Amino acid sequence: MTDPFGTATTSWGRVSHARSRVAEPAHLDELAHAFRAGDVHALAHGMGRSYGDVCLNGGGHLLRTARLDRIIAADWSTGVVRAEAGLTVGGLLSVCVPRGWFVPVTPGTKFVTLGGAVANDVHGKNHHGMGTVGCHVRALGLMRGDGETLEIGPGSRPHLFAATVGGLGLTGLIAWVEIQLQPVSSSDFEAQTLRLPDLDGFFRTAEDSHDWPYTVAWVDCLAAGRRLGRGLFNRGRHASGGPLVPHGEKARLKVPRDAPSALLGPLTVRLFNAAYSRQPAGGAAARVPYGKFLYPLDGITDWNKLYGGRGFFQHQSVVPMAAAPRALQKLLELTSAEGQGSFLVVLKLFGPRASPGILSFPREGATFALDLPNRGPGTLRLLDRMAEVVLAAGGRLYPAKDATMTAEQFRAGFPRWREVESYRDPAISSDFWRRVTGDTA
Amino acid sequence: MSSQIPAAAAPGPGAGKTVLVLGATSAIANAYARQRAAAGARLVLVGRQQARLDAIAADLRARGAGDVATVATDLADMADAEPRFAGMIARLGTPDEVLLAYGVLGEQAAAQDSAEETRRLIDVNFTSAALWLQLAAKALTEPQLMADGRSRTLVVIGSVAGDRGRQSNYVYGAAKAGLDAFAEGLAHRLHGTNVKVVTVKPGFVDTPMTAHLDRSGPLWAKPEAIAGAIDRAVAKGQRIVYAPWFWRPIMTAVRFAPRPLFYKTKL
Repeated sequence: MTDPFGTATTSWGRVSHARSRVAEPAHLDELAHAFRAGDVHALAHGMGRSYGDVCLNGGGHLLRTARLDRIIAADWSTGVVRAEAGLTVGGLLSVCVPRGWFVPVTPGTKFVTLGGAVANDVHGKNHHGMGTVGCHVRALGLMRGDGETLEIGPGSRPHLFAATVGGLGLTGLIAWVEIQLQPVSSSDFEAQTLRLPDLDGFFRTAEDSHDWPYTVAWVDCLAAGRRLGRGLFNRGRHASGGPLVPHGEKARLKVPRDAPSALLGPLTVRLFNAAYSRQPAGGAAARVPYGKFLYPLDGITDWNKLYGGRGFFQHQSVVPMAAAPRALQKLLELTSAEGQGSFLVVLKLFGPRASPGILSFPREGATFALDLPNRGPGTLRLLDRMAEVVLAAGGRLYPAKDATMTAEQFRAGFPRWREVESYRDPAISSDFWRRVTGDTA
Repeated sequence: MSSQIPAAAAPGPGAGKTVLVLGATSAIANAYARQRAAAGARLVLVGRQQARLDAIAADLRARGAGDVATVATDLADMADAEPRFAGMIARLGTPDEVLLAYGVLGEQAAAQDSAEETRRLIDVNFTSAALWLQLAAKALTEPQLMADGRSRTLVVIGSVAGDRGRQSNYVYGAAKAGLDAFAEGLAHRLHGTNVKVVTVKPGFVDTPMTAHLDRSGPLWAKPEAIAGAIDRAVAKGQRIVYAPWFWRPIMTAVRFAPRPLFYKTKL
């Protein structure tokens, strides 16, 4: 038996922990009941794939949504699906792909719930064309602490909707999501990998790739000097014609226990070097299943354990385009000098399509993401220095990935945060929100 | 927004089948119904709460079910069972499969202190279940059905807890053991006909029924895995299936453990 008032919960980075009373409602009426029953502040928790503490609520009530995974209505002639908030992107894909529909936007894992995706307003490799997931949400069911469930959307209570998209679950419990899917004629991707000699190469290739809806770059963050920014550029598009086969359900590998973190650096270095030198300068496009192109890490269950028992941090930031070349160079110089990174940096250019979300992270510019194994104070110092580079360039950090930003850094990156606070449901709070707003509720 | 006929329903083992699900809100039944729905099956969902059945029915329709009907009734209530059962199978016709999936785990400690709770656990898990099974067997063995040569299946969700009485849950275990014996007798009776009886014995399953337990160990399975095991057992016409498979050797060891040794355990 677990202590009903103290189930320990962690998130994907395994550096943030909290004890909460946990409920696992299996029906929407149970969700409402559990929410009302709480005498302490509540927070919805999906798959726990955010990296820090946006999904944690120490001393409060944690309402897990994973069992709320039903499709409420689906119109397969228009691709409009309304589903309970706990349905995962993977669960939706396995139903919609055979019918010729695909999620409009997906993060790098399909193990996220729709509710979590909206609450964090997630983006993917196609941000430059499709924006965030919030751009494709038609309506939300929002369960409020006062017992009401509101139907909100871009045209219905638009301000509350704007506070809810990317609103980190604070404006009410997202009970269901109605989303517009995109049509596809194949479950395959045409994918191409190009070699990037340096950071300039990244910007040039990204600019040249406007007709590729999906792009991302992996960059060697240990390379210094002339080779700073050396990497691989992946781009892809939905193939036209062919099979409509959903991903397989079975993971290929599972990390059984914490790996000694010392292994990870040299291992990824070797893998990357092998991939880099094997890669022809201008690779031909290959046809691959969407799972291979979009979710390469989903095949390894619990890959976060590769970073060892102390967990890891992720820095993900975005800086405006004008400041991007200089800021990215500074960030790469920092990580290269420290030699602390997991070796691979993910770079991508975000496009101009604005999200309706007030607290939405993406904006037009360049985003930079890097995993850092937790090695104590040195790692925290590096994260802080990287945050300062980003803020000086007019950028911001991604709450869904963050475990360390200060209240000042948050407010500098998200100057409109008070608007979301004004829409916050008083029955809801999170560890993240208390940390960055200084609220001790 | 309306729910439309899906563009694609892959033909599969459930295609064209009609399935009666007794206890449709159970997590295992829900996972099984989704697999059948994806193959285009028609389903009758029986459970206590209409709103929940409606939500499950909408989900199954979106996933490709040919037709879904719901019957809100308390299966633990044994009054007027015959007309109620007739009402269930009248909805979409005599089913090809009946899945008996409802049950209540209860608390052993509470049952030890209360004759009422003991009776409740046995009534829900055994007495009422036996009665619905009897009626289902009767419906599936109507003479004109016996002659049509079409394969039909009664699926009973048992439990590894029924394999040996144990101090930690012998009330629930005894009810499931009774169900086991009932299903075995039914299988014996129907041997050589086109009706098969499959008993599925899950071990630890990650469902709301077990939400209060620590589910981090390697013995825990997801409802989807149990549903997959049921599907394979039905396809092969297996009589008794442990799900996942490793419970068979585990329970063999438990069954044959000598008493002096067994009574020292906290099992």
